[in-house]
Amino acid sequence: MSTSIVLAILVTSLATFSSRLLGVISSNGIKETSKLFRWFNCLAYSTLAALIARTIIFPVGVLSDASYLSRFTVVLLCLFIFFISKKNFVYPTVLSAIMMALLSEYL
Amino acid sequence: MINKEFFFKGFKSIIKPDSPALALGCCFIAIGALLKNLGFNIQESIFSTMLTYALPGSLVMAESLLVGASLLNIFLAVWFVNARLYPMAVSLFPLMMHKSQPKWKYYFSCHFIAVSAWLIMKSNYKSIEKKNRIDFWIGIGCATWTTAVIGTFIGFYASDYLDKNIMMGLAILNPIYFLCMMVGAMKTIQIGASVILGLLLGPFFYFFSPEWSILLGGLFGGTIAYFLGELNVN
Repeated sequence: MSTSIVLAILVTSLATFSSRLLGVISSNGIKETSKLFRWFNCLAYSTLAALIARTIIFPVGVLSDASYLSRFTVVLLCLFIFFISKKNFVYPTVLSAIMMALLSEYL
Repeated sequence: MINKEFFFKGFKSIIKPDSPALALGCCFIAIGALLKNLGFNIQESIFSTMLTYALPGSLVMAESLLVGASLLNIFLAVWFVNARLYPMAVSLFPLMMHKSQPKWKYYFSCHFIAVSAWLIMKSNYKSIEKKNRIDFWIGIGCATWTTAVIGTFIGFYASDYLDKNIMMGLAILNPIYFLCMMVGAMKTIQIGASVILGLLLGPFFYFFSPEWSILLGGLFGGTIAYFLGELNVN
C-alpha cells in the first residue's frame, strides 16, 4: 500500500471517528426527555437534510456530471412514487438508479 | 458481553424489505469503483471503508486526493462534512444508555453511526427494552458495516464493467433513499420543520461557505425547528 493513500485513509478515519466519539462522550448525562435532547434531535435531522440537499444540488464525484434537469426530474418523480406507493422506500430507490442512468444518457 | 438474541435481531433488521441495505450496498459499489479509478488497490479500498464507514467523507477524501490536497486539508474537509455525526450521536446514545451496560460498548459501537444505521435504530428503538438497545444497535451497525465492505469489494472488481451512466445511477440511490426516509419520518412539527429547513438552508449557505454549509444549515434549521415545536407545545 502506498504511504500517502494509507495516511489519507488514517486522517479521514480520525476526522470521522472524532465526531462520533465526542458525540458519545457528550451523551453522558443527557436524558432522552430533556429539552437539550430534543434540540439535538432537531439538529441531527436538519443537518442530514442539509447534507442530502447538498449531495443532490452540489454533488461531488460522478453525480456532478449529471445535469440539474436530470437530477431534479429523478428527485421529483421518486417523491411522487414514494407517496403513491404508500411511503414504500424500495420502489423509488430502485427506480431512481434506473431513471438516472437513462436520463444521463438522453438528457 | 453482547446479548446474542438482540444482536442478531438488530443484524437481521437490514434484510427487511424496506431496509437501506440495497441503497447502502449500491452506493459503496460506486465508492469501490471510484477508489479503483483513483489508483487505490483492493486492500486500501477495503481498509478505507472499514475505518471510515461514512460515504460523504470517503467521497471528499477521494476528491481531495485527486486534486493533490495536503493531509491537513483532507482532515479539515472530511471533518466539516462528517461533523453531522456529532448531533446524530447525541440524539441517539441517550436512548441506549443503561446503567447495567459497560461503557466500552458505547465507545466501540459509535463507529457504526451513519445515516442508514441511525435511521433504522430511530425507527425501531421503541420496540426494544432500553437495557438491550445497545446490543440491538451493535447488530444493526455490524450488518450495515458488513454491507458497506461487501459493496466496496464488488465495486472494486466490477468497475471495469460499470460505465458512467450506471455509476450515476448508483450514486443517486443513497440520497433518494435518505430523502424518502426523512420525508417518511416527518411525523411531528419539530421533525417536519427540521427536515424542510435543512433541505432549504443547506444549499442556501453553500453560496456563502461551501465548507460550513451543512453545519450552518443544520444548526439554524434545527434550532428554528426546535423553537417552532416548543412554541406549538406551549
